[in-house]
Amino acid sequence: MVNLKINGKQITARKGMTILEAARENHISIPTLCYLNNVHKIGSCRICVVEVKGAKSLVASCMTEVGEGMEVYTNTKRVQKARKVLYELMLSDHTKECLSCSRNLNCELQELGKLLGVEETRFNGERSDVSIDEAVSITRDMSKCILCRRCVTVCGQIQGNGVLNPQNRGFETVIGPAMDIPIGDVDCAFCGQCTVVCPVGALKETDSTKVVWEALHDNNKRVAVQVAPAVRVALGEEFGFEPGTIVTGKMAAALHALGFDDVFDTNFAADLTIMEEGTELLIRLKNALTGTGDVLPMITSCSPGWIKYIEHRYPERLEHLSSCKSPHMMLGALIKSYFAEKVGEKPENMFVVSVMPCTAKKTEIAREEMKNNGLRNVDAVLTTRELANMIKQAGIDFMALEDEEFDNPLGMSTGAADIFGLTGGVMEAALRTVYELVTGRELPFEDLHVTPIVGLDQVKKAEVTIKDPVDAYSFLDGVTLKVAVTSGLKGARILMEQLDKGESPYHFIEVMGCPGGCITGGGQPRSEDADVRIKRLQGLYREDEGKKLRKSHENPYITAIYEEYLDYPSSHRSHELLHTHYVRRGKYNDLGGESFVIGRKKVEPQELKLEEAGIAKTSADRVKNRRNRDEAADIRLLALEAENSRLKNELSDAMETVEIYKQIVSEKAFLEKKKHMG
Amino acid sequence: MSTIIQNDCCVTDDEQKKFDQLANIIDLYKGKEGSLIQILHHAQEIFGHLPLEVQKYVADALDISLSEVSGVVTFYSFFSTKPKGKHTIRVCMGTACYVRGGKKLVERLQDILGVQIGETTKDGKFTFEIARCIGACGLAPAMMIDDAVYKQVNINKLESILSKY
Repeated sequence: MVNLKINGKQITARKGMTILEAARENHISIPTLCYLNNVHKIGSCRICVVEVKGAKSLVASCMTEVGEGMEVYTNTKRVQKARKVLYELMLSDHTKECLSCSRNLNCELQELGKLLGVEETRFNGERSDVSIDEAVSITRDMSKCILCRRCVTVCGQIQGNGVLNPQNRGFETVIGPAMDIPIGDVDCAFCGQCTVVCPVGALKETDSTKVVWEALHDNNKRVAVQVAPAVRVALGEEFGFEPGTIVTGKMAAALHALGFDDVFDTNFAADLTIMEEGTELLIRLKNALTGTGDVLPMITSCSPGWIKYIEHRYPERLEHLSSCKSPHMMLGALIKSYFAEKVGEKPENMFVVSVMPCTAKKTEIAREEMKNNGLRNVDAVLTTRELANMIKQAGIDFMALEDEEFDNPLGMSTGAADIFGLTGGVMEAALRTVYELVTGRELPFEDLHVTPIVGLDQVKKAEVTIKDPVDAYSFLDGVTLKVAVTSGLKGARILMEQLDKGESPYHFIEVMGCPGGCITGGGQPRSEDADVRIKRLQGLYREDEGKKLRKSHENPYITAIYEEYLDYPSSHRSHELLHTHYVRRGKYNDLGGESFVIGRKKVEPQELKLEEAGIAKTSADRVKNRRNRDEAADIRLLALEAENSRLKNELSDAMETVEIYKQIVSEKAFLEKKKHMG
Repeated sequence: MSTIIQNDCCVTDDEQKKFDQLANIIDLYKGKEGSLIQILHHAQEIFGHLPLEVQKYVADALDISLSEVSGVVTFYSFFSTKPKGKHTIRVCMGTACYVRGGKKLVERLQDILGVQIGETTKDGKFTFEIARCIGACGLAPAMMIDDAVYKQVNINKLESILSKY
């Protein structure tokens, strides 16, 4: 333990803690901006600076460890001034069109300004030469970027993809893909995790609310909506509910109130996916075990971020993917065929909207393969955040809504479908059905939960041994089914590398592109709750456990749709509507595939408003002028300090380069010598 | 290590030789931490500059992302993504040279060469850059063409200096 004083208060902290952590534990709040609990601390924004007695300069509290006898002051005049100036400097190169920004009133930079009491921005300087890079899923507005680098950490270290990195240097630094290539043309999976951590409006989902409003206001369109499982456990947070609160009934009511003609549940298609994917697994197992041969392990295909990732990184492994479309694409295809037929509507008059916890789904619907009869299966994807905005725009009092139900015949689902939204859920749902189909008995796990694959670990494994199967599946007698589950692209890579080495023992693998699964997808509400993952996870398990029917094959509407329309799982018609194929893209899109770029807009720098030279007319003016002069002197001092440290950095860079050169030269000499020696 | 060059059709024998050379260098450094900068230095020596294809090659060989490689390439002013001219002119813009007319040298050279800082003349003869202090403050304003240092350069002497190249 370490003893120190913060603002005169004696406290103890654990060794290795930072000043910021110690302060927060003792209810002393220090403002931060780039810092993100458990994810990112690099001390780049310096907003969290504090004064430490005896230290020459202010220190970043998020980076400085506590020391014995330390005396810390978090709120001195010097600290306050430094924070304000830093903040104003940041604003000087930030597009301040807050009123028309999608993050208005939900912006960490705005919040911080209020907290610091900044009322004016005095600096009108050079503006970065940047643009808005719009792709189908994600829009990068670099005129709003404050270079906090949270997205860099999430993309590189958490997802292991590394699409976003600082490019160029100093004032010209831009966070983005290599060599200014648009994000729609690189190997970005569009998982959208960067849009969740971005504190400002620099990284966000590309807006779909406008087209959805247009469709809703178009009397010639029949607009159907469907909602993914993970949305119901997070949407409430946007209206003040605790994370993990299930708001299925209110959500269905809100969608009816928004004017959607048909309010369906993607969960229905999740049940359908289990039927199709389960059947596909059994076919592959049969072929593999009876000598015909087939590709194993089979890997799930519900997560379009994961799909895009494998198409870029492992294009030679696409045969491992289940051919099933993701559930909302299946439902879209059925709405425009089965349902349209049922209600006598022309498919081209149907407009299908999916509400998803996901940004990658926006790109998924734009894929060439996701069409039937020339019509897109799904016309627009809203993220959970976008739906919340629409509910607010429509003036619907979400809290006061009475619960309503989804519409049938595409609105009913079992508990197995609910857990599609969390890591391990698809696997568990599949095992519940496959095991029972094969053996005629219920999956032998307590409460139907496959405990080894429950939870937030990166890679999870389970084994299920099959005994006494029914006659049709006698080839599985005594077979131990080995499965693995991972969430997050970094985990996926671990399993793929295993496969590449020929060491993958699995029959079936579930991959979700976002850590934790869809519950913390890139389209979900931004949360400050450190336990948000586990709370949403528990919420979905509760929803599952609360249902009478908890196995996909028990859903009566699923039975009905096969009888009425699809015949049987993996039938010709289901292949036409519910299955798909994948595109070999390659890491640099060198193998093919479409571009997902929408366009690029130049950001016009706002006009400089140069202050007129003040002429002191009255004594009040003179006082004001003097104060301005004093302030200006302070700022110059700060600027000089900053320049000084910048130059020091540059010097050390230069020294480093010299060292590298020396090394290269000596190595070269060594090699030459070696060559001469023979 | 497998050769990971796209568009095999367009890779000339000469280029292939360069990539092979680079592959050998990468093998030498592979696994050593912090070797990216060294490898890029070698790569620039081999190719003259660091175009996207070379950056992709390095990224694949080191199993890091392209954006990380280009981040480093665009950070250090020594690296160039565009082909360099036969000769490189570097005008010193360190403090001493700056106050004694370095800026005027830059302006005059831009006129003479018809290019901006960081660009290469159309005939491929000169690449025009600025440098931060070349350690010749007593001789300000100074500039370098390749390895030769020119001291106390007068803007009127520029044309005759360039004509030697």
